Amino acid sequence: MSKQAQHWEKTRGLLMMTLAIWFVFSIGIFLFGAEMESVTGPFGYPLTYWFTCQGSLGIFVILIFWFANRQEKIDEEFGFSEREDD
Amino acid sequence: MIKGNFIDNLPKVYGIYTGGFIAFIIIMAIGEQMGMTSKAIGICFVAFTVAIYAIIGYMSRTMAADAYYVAGRQVPTVFNGMATAADWMSGASFVAMAGGIYFKGYGYMALLVGWTGGYVLVASLLAPYLRKFGCYTVPDFIGTRYGGNVSRLMAVIVLTVASFTYVTAQINATGTIASVALDIPFQYAVYVGLVSILLCSMLGGMRGVTWTQVAQYIVLIIAYLLPVFWISNKMGAGFFPHFMLADEVARIGELEQQFGFVKNSAADLANVPKGLAGITKAHSAVNATPWAFISLALAMMMGTASLPHVMMRYFTTPSVKAARKSVGWSLFFIFLLYSSAPMLATLSKLSLIDPTLSTGIIGKSIAEVQAIDWYQNWNQANLMFVSDFNGNGTLELNEFFMGGKAVVLATPEIAGLPYVISGLVAAGGMAAAMSTADGLILAIANALSHDLYYKIIDPKAETAKRLVVARVLLVVIGFAGATIAAMEIQGILGSVIWAFDFAMSGLFFPLVLGVWWKRANKEGAIAGMALGLISGTAYLVWVRNGGSGFLGITQLTFGIFGSAVSLVSMVVVSLITSEPSAATQKMVDEVRVPSGKTILGKQH
Repeated sequence: MSKQAQHWEKTRGLLMMTLAIWFVFSIGIFLFGAEMESVTGPFGYPLTYWFTCQGSLGIFVILIFWFANRQEKIDEEFGFSEREDD
Repeated sequence: MIKGNFIDNLPKVYGIYTGGFIAFIIIMAIGEQMGMTSKAIGICFVAFTVAIYAIIGYMSRTMAADAYYVAGRQVPTVFNGMATAADWMSGASFVAMAGGIYFKGYGYMALLVGWTGGYVLVASLLAPYLRKFGCYTVPDFIGTRYGGNVSRLMAVIVLTVASFTYVTAQINATGTIASVALDIPFQYAVYVGLVSILLCSMLGGMRGVTWTQVAQYIVLIIAYLLPVFWISNKMGAGFFPHFMLADEVARIGELEQQFGFVKNSAADLANVPKGLAGITKAHSAVNATPWAFISLALAMMMGTASLPHVMMRYFTTPSVKAARKSVGWSLFFIFLLYSSAPMLATLSKLSLIDPTLSTGIIGKSIAEVQAIDWYQNWNQANLMFVSDFNGNGTLELNEFFMGGKAVVLATPEIAGLPYVISGLVAAGGMAAAMSTADGLILAIANALSHDLYYKIIDPKAETAKRLVVARVLLVVIGFAGATIAAMEIQGILGSVIWAFDFAMSGLFFPLVLGVWWKRANKEGAIAGMALGLISGTAYLVWVRNGGSGFLGITQLTFGIFGSAVSLVSMVVVSLITSEPSAATQKMVDEVRVPSGKTILGKQH
């Protein structure tokens, strides 16, 4: 397999993982909104309420930075990262 | 100042700017103590900030195509994040979001999740690849990846429909704020707003818009956060509201139980002024079905990843790596405001409905409430209303009505903050609406000037002529938007949500599959864009005219239907027609790796 194909396979793997986490916190947990309601979440807010006003939003921020770092590592591994003078 | 090592000096320049703005707020506060009228303070806030944006817009003037279209591709990660956040957070986010949460609770929170979750799709599926492509506009990518003028033209049409739906709402918002702050009639205020918007973008294009948007972000975030923290402290709710309002949220739940949600008769509601609403839904409890919540969130997420004025902000970063990081920063800066909106809604609601607080009005006598200063002010502004439906002389929860905008605009006054804060909030709302309007008008004008005029109509046009055409279009589109805004057809938020649905119906799959599916070809993309947009629009028209809809897809989520049609037609048509040429497939391979030259040259 060519270097490029390997790079793309790893990139696709990272995409799938990122989208899986995204799916859980944007869609998955809200299938159980009513069930999570009685649980007390961080800072004492009802858990469902906390996810909608802080939890999911904050997780998305962290997820994007994590994704960006992992993708950079993949690019470096195969020598596809940009030169500084690009 | 904008030339030479301006980029290296950015933190210093905007540091001084922020300090200057804070000093200005303090001067206004002192002025208020010395007897400056509230009207003068309002005018100063709006006029001063708009003048600063105009100066930045003037200093960023340019005659180079890559500076005009993509700010010379040298906007650093963090600053591009701020600019995107301002670009993104519209007048609706600023003025109406807390109100939406206040009235609709959980069902509305789907928008918060959707408008942030969409950035994960932007970062992972699109932004870095479109940056590598090196396009000036979104149709530029579609036109080059799929080839041919028809696909380019289709992308221009989808972009124009979605962005134009959105921009009228923004010009409307600038007009509303300008008319209140400057005390002039709305029909004229709309054009004052428009001129302010054009001052930022006309001379400098994307470069001017970028540096004004950073300045606008700083104003809008200070204007949003300062009152939230101040009110929370003043009420004794906690010095850091985001982590400390659990008791207040629980208390609202208690009060809801105590008062109950009494349903008003239609005859009673007929007396309530248009646009005002009562509290009829639980504040924090789940009040929507999973599908209602998820479908709205999903539509907003896919719409986010298809809106061209957001995507084109990532064309301005120095590298592919920077584009990815920049998406993270964008969402971080958006998160600062979005996570504060529910807190503001909580503080606002509790201060109004809790009888044990001095500001609480529920349970007081109607005559007493009608005598309160701020009630009279906001009643006059048509944003508050009480009526004694049951005739017992006491105000009940179901007898109190408020406009959605009042949560942001009136809460500082209700909590007893000085007027200077209300002036600051007006400047923040203006900044939010202006920055989004600028991004949108520029997106439309650039697509028409670059893709329609230069690439399709007159490919031999010289740069100078292209940039003149771009500016003329900017003004024409701005005036068209303002004219429609002056007619006041749709509420601010309704048309914003439609824009997301239009964008995802026509553009989501053609963009994503352009990178992630090599087999996608021209015929498929054209079918996907055309059928997606047509079927989405048809669904909207059908539901608006009394159609029952299906699968619980409403007029707010019609993009789910449109994009499904788009996906199916794009895949089917691609597979029954021949695969893309070897050159196109090689181009897709190159887009997928960050290193090497961009597909389109620096100047094209």
